[in-house]
Amino acid sequence: MPVLEKGGAQTWRRRTAGESLFRWFGWLIGVAIFVACWQRISEATTWFFVWDAPRIAGDIWTRATPPRWEYITQLGRPIWDTLNIATLGTLIAICLAVPVAFMAARNTTPSVLFVRPVALLVIVSSRSINSLIWALLLIAIIGPGVFAGIIAIAIRSIGFCAKLLYEAIEEIDHAQVEAISATGASRWQVMAYGIVPQILPAFAGIAVFRWDINIRESTVLGLVGAGGIGLQLSASLNVLAWPQVSLILLVILAAVLVSEWVSAKVRGAII
Amino acid sequence: MSHLELEDMLGKGWRKPPFVSNPKLRWSLILGSIAYLAAAFMSIEVDWGRVYVGLDRGWAFILAFASPDFTGRASDIWTGMLESIVMTVAASVVGILISIPIGLGAARNIAPLPIYLVCRGIVAISRALQEIIVAILLVAIFGFGPLAGFLTLSFATIGFLSKLLAEDIEAMDKAQAEAIKASGARWLQWINYGVQPQVMPRLVGLSMYRIDINFRESAILGLVGAGGIGATLNTAFDRYEYDTAAAILILIIGIVMSLEYLSGIIRSKVQ
Repeated sequence: MPVLEKGGAQTWRRRTAGESLFRWFGWLIGVAIFVACWQRISEATTWFFVWDAPRIAGDIWTRATPPRWEYITQLGRPIWDTLNIATLGTLIAICLAVPVAFMAARNTTPSVLFVRPVALLVIVSSRSINSLIWALLLIAIIGPGVFAGIIAIAIRSIGFCAKLLYEAIEEIDHAQVEAISATGASRWQVMAYGIVPQILPAFAGIAVFRWDINIRESTVLGLVGAGGIGLQLSASLNVLAWPQVSLILLVILAAVLVSEWVSAKVRGAII
Repeated sequence: MSHLELEDMLGKGWRKPPFVSNPKLRWSLILGSIAYLAAAFMSIEVDWGRVYVGLDRGWAFILAFASPDFTGRASDIWTGMLESIVMTVAASVVGILISIPIGLGAARNIAPLPIYLVCRGIVAISRALQEIIVAILLVAIFGFGPLAGFLTLSFATIGFLSKLLAEDIEAMDKAQAEAIKASGARWLQWINYGVQPQVMPRLVGLSMYRIDINFRESAILGLVGAGGIGATLNTAFDRYEYDTAAAILILIIGIVMSLEYLSGIIRSKVQ
């Protein structure tokens, strides 16, 4: 036990002198890194604009209020597109994520040495790259539009769904699987009756959760040209039509809140 | 038929129970989703000719991953990456520091009602607005550059971390906190010795996870002019320089993977 002796009296301390010195240096390096980072940001910033920011913010606020309510008649189609991007993207992602998850889970993969690393690579690459970047890439490849948005959402969601799903598969109860295989079931029957019922609630929860996230992401995909309400947002921003921007932001906010509410309700009903 | 007799002797054969037990609800769900899918598919316009033409470019992009060009735009990639990392570090530090008091305030078992409502309001606003939309507004207010990105990421970190921290505090063991209170501790001591040790492991884990997310998000902020690697990536896509884009994507995936690995080590150490 680290003890500090001071004038014959022993006082308890949490750490030894070496430990505290080590921690102190750790903090010092951390603070130094933060200060260096801040300095870089500060160098790249035009501070004159920053000091001017409150006035600009007030200016934008006066321009943006009140929202141009009649513009909402033109938003019906973009909202429908946004919903489609999110839903169809999620559906495609789920269809592709299930085999990837089964290949990535340690207990169901056909080969730990060859197939599993490939599946994990698919998961990590899909997860590391934001759907906006996928959309950017797909627009360069297949042209702008809703289709590129759907594919971008799908690619981005594969990794998320497959990761959560394979973790659920790895945590299943083995007794059930063994019981099914003891009845003489084939490999596919074991999957259908021993594994799938155990992961089905988790699977449905993951799907709805991802759908909720995808609604959020698909609202901004239009900024790079991949369809949905983001297209209107970027068009309005380009012509500085702030009343339209504020209306679109309100609509996006409402869409996000509704999708979160739906997903919470559905998950509550399933789990 | 002997088979039928056997069936009669055994009674009705076992059938898998349906996922939704109420038949009316089940059929209306099935029909509703079929109708929705049909409507969604009808409304998507895909220019298959354009997609077919683009497949060549898609293939070129996949090939580019085999020969990524790190050197051609080395200085641009380096500056962009550094800016992304700098923004991530600074925003994570500031975001975590701010989200701790807000997280305390958003926990119902610690904070009085008025503070609770204010903090929950901040969390709700921060969570409802996507990073990219916040970034657009902040770029409009503060001008181009990493400062807008830094503020965006800090703001997003607050919503994420405060909410999860507050939930963790609400789920903590009351006895331990009460024991500290009974020893006559002041409020700060109570937080420090009664609450903090209980939530610290999860806070560290969540912070690591958030750093990971912040880095991934910092990669897209450049698309709207908020600094980071996104601007370089966007330019690379616009010029169809797939080998440079592939190099950037590989770097992002690599950094995300190493961050994930690091956070795995740290989380297993603190938990």
